[in-house]
Amino acid sequence: MPFVRDTVTIFQREIAPTLRDPLGLLFTMMQPLLFLFLFGPLLSGNTGLQEAPWQWFVPGILIMMCLSGPMMAGYFLLVELIGGAMERMLVTPISRTAMLIGRTLKEFVVLLAQAALIIGLSVPLGFRPNAAGVLAGLALLVIFGIGLGALSFVLAIASAPGGELFYGITQLIMFPLLLLSGVLLPIESGPAWLQTVAAFNPVTYIVDAERALFAGDLTSMSALYGLLAAVAVCAIGLTLGTRAMRRGI
Amino acid sequence: MIHARGLTRSFKIKGGAVEAVRGIDIDVEAGQLVAFLGPNGAGKSTSLRMLTSLLPPTSGSATVAGHDIVKDPGGVRARIGYIGQKNGSGENFRIRDELVSQGRCYGLSRAQARVRADEVLQQLDLASMATRKPGTLSGGQRRRLDIALGLVHRPDLLFLDEPSTGLDPQSRANIWEHILRLRAEHGTTLFLTTHYLEEADSMAERVIIIDHGKIIADGTAAQLKSDLAGDRIIVTFSSESDAVQAASIAERMTGTAPAVTAAPAAASTQAAVSAGAFAQTATPAGAFAQTAAAPAATAIADPVVSATVSAASASAVTDVAGAAVVVSAAVVQVRVAQAGAALPEYLRALEAAGVKAIAAETSRPTLDDVFLALTGRTLRESEATPVAEPAAV
Ligand SMILES: Nc1ncnc2c1ncn2[C@@H]1O[C@H](COP(=O)(O)OP(=O)(O)O)[C@@H](O)[C@H]1O
Ligand SMILES: [Mg+2]
Repeated sequence: MPFVRDTVTIFQREIAPTLRDPLGLLFTMMQPLLFLFLFGPLLSGNTGLQEAPWQWFVPGILIMMCLSGPMMAGYFLLVELIGGAMERMLVTPISRTAMLIGRTLKEFVVLLAQAALIIGLSVPLGFRPNAAGVLAGLALLVIFGIGLGALSFVLAIASAPGGELFYGITQLIMFPLLLLSGVLLPIESGPAWLQTVAAFNPVTYIVDAERALFAGDLTSMSALYGLLAAVAVCAIGLTLGTRAMRRGI
Repeated sequence: MIHARGLTRSFKIKGGAVEAVRGIDIDVEAGQLVAFLGPNGAGKSTSLRMLTSLLPPTSGSATVAGHDIVKDPGGVRARIGYIGQKNGSGENFRIRDELVSQGRCYGLSRAQARVRADEVLQQLDLASMATRKPGTLSGGQRRRLDIALGLVHRPDLLFLDEPSTGLDPQSRANIWEHILRLRAEHGTTLFLTTHYLEEADSMAERVIIIDHGKIIADGTAAQLKSDLAGDRIIVTFSSESDAVQAASIAERMTGTAPAVTAAPAAASTQAAVSAGAFAQTATPAGAFAQTAAAPAATAIADPVVSATVSAASASAVTDVAGAAVVVSAAVVQVRVAQAGAALPEYLRALEAAGVKAIAAETSRPTLDDVFLALTGRTLRESEATPVAEPAAV
């Protein structure tokens, strides 16, 4: 299938520099370890959270990384848009959607490697994940991330040639998106308005779904809402992204 | 290979729209080398990006390599190569990796793509840089890499957007060697933009001039020059009074009134002299040409008239007014069809009248003269006040 082949082509192009640079790879893998070693001691103390802090914390970290990965993909695209590399590939018959997905997938492979490392290392520290739930959770993150990646590409395309818009919006949007999702702190204890805002934040549903899945509640409503949110973001992202590419860059 | 009709493209910008390309018709047959010449902001890149399916036209249509750019962009993309104005290689990638990726983008298998990558590396003398990153290359090497990227799938038609801009003369010459070799060895049809006059003049067999989004001339460089500009003879005298007398002799020979520039200030003299550099139609009677006897200034003031002039119709050229004889200080310049034949004739006439020339030379017209004849501006002046060029994104 040409679409699959095109996605593989872009994926391979994007991943080659990462694989060829072991030092960079090492630093990338150090990042989750830092998370664990800096936050871990806090969690083992009395946090006032639920009885299972790791259960709560690990999915949150994964989602934080899942937000930054696609954003990086958008950033790299912007760089290539401002340079001529994007144009050079757009003039080939390669599938436009494959160009978006291949790029996001590359960020995801790195992300999944980091996730595996985090999960693996947090188990001895007290994390008790459900194996099937973890797989389902990661799949959900991939769907969500592809959508986010595509949205980030749309933003990059809209920001070219200057790029200021991209930096501005990503700066502006990242923290509210995180804080209003309950990734870092539980929103249940927040005021009503905050909970209302959070209800409109797709990340909230993803976070809830991830926590449910990691705990093994594969058939819970949280998991379903999370899946719907992820699929919606993915569909919107890919539609807008492909359209932006078609319209001419 | 290329058939475009009424292609236009406008961009929405703050407070209105820019009409980058305003209805261009282009026909290019297989095997031609066409230079698309025009000042910055003329609409060259926008035209190219439409022809290469990167940018949908606002209106108009085109078939490129047998496929419609709007209805079948995939068909166009598979058959053409495009080397954009900016560098096509990504910063983070090794050169050979980029070439392999490019081949894969065109649907080659991994093995084929590797073979082709090595071939184009050889072809463009980049083999020793295969594992380096583009950032470590010189400007000329990097441009060669761009060309290599455009050649991976052996296109029959190659678009190049300013392939030599910003390079030192040696690298420019080298790039041209490669471009010309491509044509000689593979018969590739080449359509390239440039704002270097000399390049269009010496390299291309056909020059299409674009200005403000419209095609204003199309022909061989020689045709354009003889139709729209013509030769010049320049004679220096020992005094201004001699020059004035000589000018009236020239006037009698050409049948036009001389334009006298008041101050010998370099800039205005230059402008007047070049303004006189057009509107020649050779008379069968002799080497001297007939020109419309209007002052040079009108031609400059009215680029709209000249914009409609196509080099193909030499008869239209007389619409463009210009002085055939220009005097500035002690120098007389005369526009003629063939300077080589006109100069001796003129010198004999001067001698008969007892006016002594102290120096004489002839000059061939350049494409700049052609551009000036058509627009009232020189290409170089147009460059001096460039339209802000947004990144081609
Ligand atoms: N993406 C764009 N958005 C707005 N204006 C543009 C865009 N691209 C080109 N233009 C405008 O269109 C005109 C033609 O540009 P271009 O085709 O790049 O010229 P050239 O390649 O001949 O220098 C210029 O006035 C330029 O400012
Ligand atoms: Mg340009």
